[in-house]
Amino acid sequence: MATPAIEIEHLSKEYPYGFLNLKKKISLEDLSMRVDTGEVFGFLGPNGAGKSTTIKLLMRLIFPDRGTARILGKSIDDVSMHQETGYLPEQPYFYDYLTAAELLDYFARFHGLTATDRKTRVQNMLKKVGLETAKKIQLRKYSKGMLQRVGLAQAILHDPQVVILDEPMSGLDPLGRREVRDIILELKKDGRTVLFSTHILSDAEMLCDRVGVIVGGKLRGVGTPGEMVGIQTQGMEVLFEVAEGKNLPLLAKATRTGERYRVQMPEEELYGAIEQLRAAGARILSVAQIKPTLEEFFMNLVEADRAQANAVEVSGK
Amino acid sequence: MKRSGIIKATLGVLLALGLAGVWQLQKKIDAQRQALQEERDELVLRSPKLIKRMSLEYAPLVGAMYWTRAVQYYGEKHRLQQKNLELLWPLLDITTTLDPNLIVAYRFGSTFLSDAPPRGAGDPDHAVELLRRGVIANPDYWRLYQDMGNVYYFDKKDYARAAEAFAEGAKNPQAAIWMKVMAAKIAAEGESLETSYFLWRDIYQTAQEPQIKKNAELHLRLVKVDLDLRELNRLADEYERRTGRRATKMSQLVQAGLLPHLPGDLDGYPYVLGEGGKAELNLNSPMLEEKLMNK
Amino acid sequence: MKNVRTVAANTFREAVRDRVLYNLVFFALLMMGAAILVGQISIGIEESVIVSLGLTAISVIGLFIAVFIGVGLVSKEMDKRTLYALLAKPVERWEFLLGKFCGLVMTLTVNTAAMAVGLYLALWAVKHTLEKSDGWILVAVYLILLKLALIVALALLFSCFTTPFLAILFTAGIYVAGVFAGDLRTVQAVDLSPATMNLLKGVSYLLPNFEDFNVMGAVAHGRAVPGALVGQATLYAVVYGAVVLAAASAIFSRRNLK
Repeated sequence: MATPAIEIEHLSKEYPYGFLNLKKKISLEDLSMRVDTGEVFGFLGPNGAGKSTTIKLLMRLIFPDRGTARILGKSIDDVSMHQETGYLPEQPYFYDYLTAAELLDYFARFHGLTATDRKTRVQNMLKKVGLETAKKIQLRKYSKGMLQRVGLAQAILHDPQVVILDEPMSGLDPLGRREVRDIILELKKDGRTVLFSTHILSDAEMLCDRVGVIVGGKLRGVGTPGEMVGIQTQGMEVLFEVAEGKNLPLLAKATRTGERYRVQMPEEELYGAIEQLRAAGARILSVAQIKPTLEEFFMNLVEADRAQANAVEVSGK
Repeated sequence: MKRSGIIKATLGVLLALGLAGVWQLQKKIDAQRQALQEERDELVLRSPKLIKRMSLEYAPLVGAMYWTRAVQYYGEKHRLQQKNLELLWPLLDITTTLDPNLIVAYRFGSTFLSDAPPRGAGDPDHAVELLRRGVIANPDYWRLYQDMGNVYYFDKKDYARAAEAFAEGAKNPQAAIWMKVMAAKIAAEGESLETSYFLWRDIYQTAQEPQIKKNAELHLRLVKVDLDLRELNRLADEYERRTGRRATKMSQLVQAGLLPHLPGDLDGYPYVLGEGGKAELNLNSPMLEEKLMNK
Repeated sequence: MKNVRTVAANTFREAVRDRVLYNLVFFALLMMGAAILVGQISIGIEESVIVSLGLTAISVIGLFIAVFIGVGLVSKEMDKRTLYALLAKPVERWEFLLGKFCGLVMTLTVNTAAMAVGLYLALWAVKHTLEKSDGWILVAVYLILLKLALIVALALLFSCFTTPFLAILFTAGIYVAGVFAGDLRTVQAVDLSPATMNLLKGVSYLLPNFEDFNVMGAVAHGRAVPGALVGQATLYAVVYGAVVLAAASAIFSRRNLK
């Protein structure tokens, strides 16, 4: 099997804080995972879960307390690893005294591109992210969304094998989000590996081959978006209309909104319920799986964490 | 991990080597600058008024800096045995303009401006000017009159003015009683070794500035030598009166019972009788050089 | 080295676009005013007043740029997070640091050279001629530039491990201490123990001796500066600067960005 695009082994990071930095906050705890070549991998978690920490560790912006990582088989200690890697920081900010074209040209120089090569690439890239008309304006006049586009452009400017994007959709309007999604899909089509972090489910569901869910600095699971949600899928929901005064035991469990009733039940009770409804002459509008959103999934994990933390605190005293 | 260990070690060695290099280089540069020093001796700004204006509300602080510079300048010149102290006056002029209440600057200035080279600048006129300014700004500090009296007495040999200064200082109720006595004594007899001895002893006993104290000690020793020599000459005269001939050796005075033992200076070097039977310092005495320079 | 050059060029561009060189206008006005006024307030020393005033201004303006922009070189990039995208390029952190250093030194060189030209113009306006001995002014300017480069290195070092405010304080503090380092060696203090004196001496050798680069006094009076002194001062700045930059790189290479 080919070398994985990204391999992370036991990566841990603590942040000292408080008086004389004596206290420590665990930001990332023993993270191990891998992203395969050609895969679009979504890093999912609520804010402050450790997504950015992981990405910054990979980019050597911060240094791990324990653990290692490799990108395309190269240790992240090796600066040449960046030759094949593109990175979009979270809420990117760039030299505001430069224009978009100057900035991209500046970054391109570090990749050893020739002057003509740089020129064409910068042109193409500006067109790709829709900044062609603004390329001669200094970045200090750019909006947040425009900066995000510049950031994306500099990340893929040198045509890297692995693209790491930290919250690429944040700060963008629906049109901008769509464009970013298109760019990610295009990268995938070209066989590139993309790792991006987000706290928005629909983005991940739409784009990712696999997602990793991270909460409270711990990786809670890796799988396809379906799997991650499917594990949690339980029960069915039936929506129906029925005339007043019918004898229907199901009504005791149902909630009514207007003319309609909604009732939830375990899957094995579904067929019995349908029988009842038919006997009562009800009209079934829909039958659907109860599928918790990833938001709910996060919430459950966060709440579990809190409960555990409280328990520890209580027992500690 | 191993790679970073090697880098760390290399960096450590380089750091140590670099600092050692800097150390050596600095010594070389110091030597170069030393050569440049004599020429480089200067004050860019000499106008006290301008400096005072430029120092805004921080004149006392800037004054303190100039004061430090003055002391360092004197110390450095002293260390290098260089005799020209031409910057001492402008430095003190600036210092006391910036901070007229810096008493120590007047006292230091009067001592080392007026004293003859190599100990001082040999410039008693500026010393008097400095002190006149000092007593106007600090009328309650009677010792500035003592200093002025000393300058007139020792360096300008103007005994009327010296007596006047002591008398003026004595008007201060806090002034030492002897100030009045000195005024009368100097007015009556001008310079005398006893007066000189007393004046230097008082400075030696009361001065707090180490350099002033040291200077007073030196003068005190010199006056002591003069006092000793005067007494020895008196004894030699007595010997001649008794025996009819001049003594050629100090031991003759001892044998004649005029001296209990061979007399020596403060460093223990025995005095000798030189040409014409006059008492003199021992040729080996370190005091001799000082005494010759003081002439 | 190519990366260093790229970062340096961009740093220079930043300084230009952030209007750092506008200080030259202030300098020009100062020199013009001095040239006009000097004939009226002082007799016989116009030349040395112009030279010492000009050299002092070159040094002081340079100092402000070196300290404030020097501290901001790295801390501003960390603060605004402009550094993140850059460090994710194939750039070593020391290359970034060295590039920043070279960029500001380049800026200072241009700035100082322009001021030197202004100084010569003022001198010419006062004397209506230039003599051979006026060439020593260039030597003084060169030594000032060495001093400024060393200060930039120190500012970089401090900004690598502390807040910008403290870094400015430290840099200014070490500058003042460095100016007096020579005095520390020859201090005439009667009441200090020999051990303390030796300690002072040691400290004075390790501090950057900024007086080494000061020949304003001699130059203001058209005196020659020994070539050996210039050579040694150059070597001193190079060795000391290398030590400081190496230390800064070592610290910065392990630094966690926010």
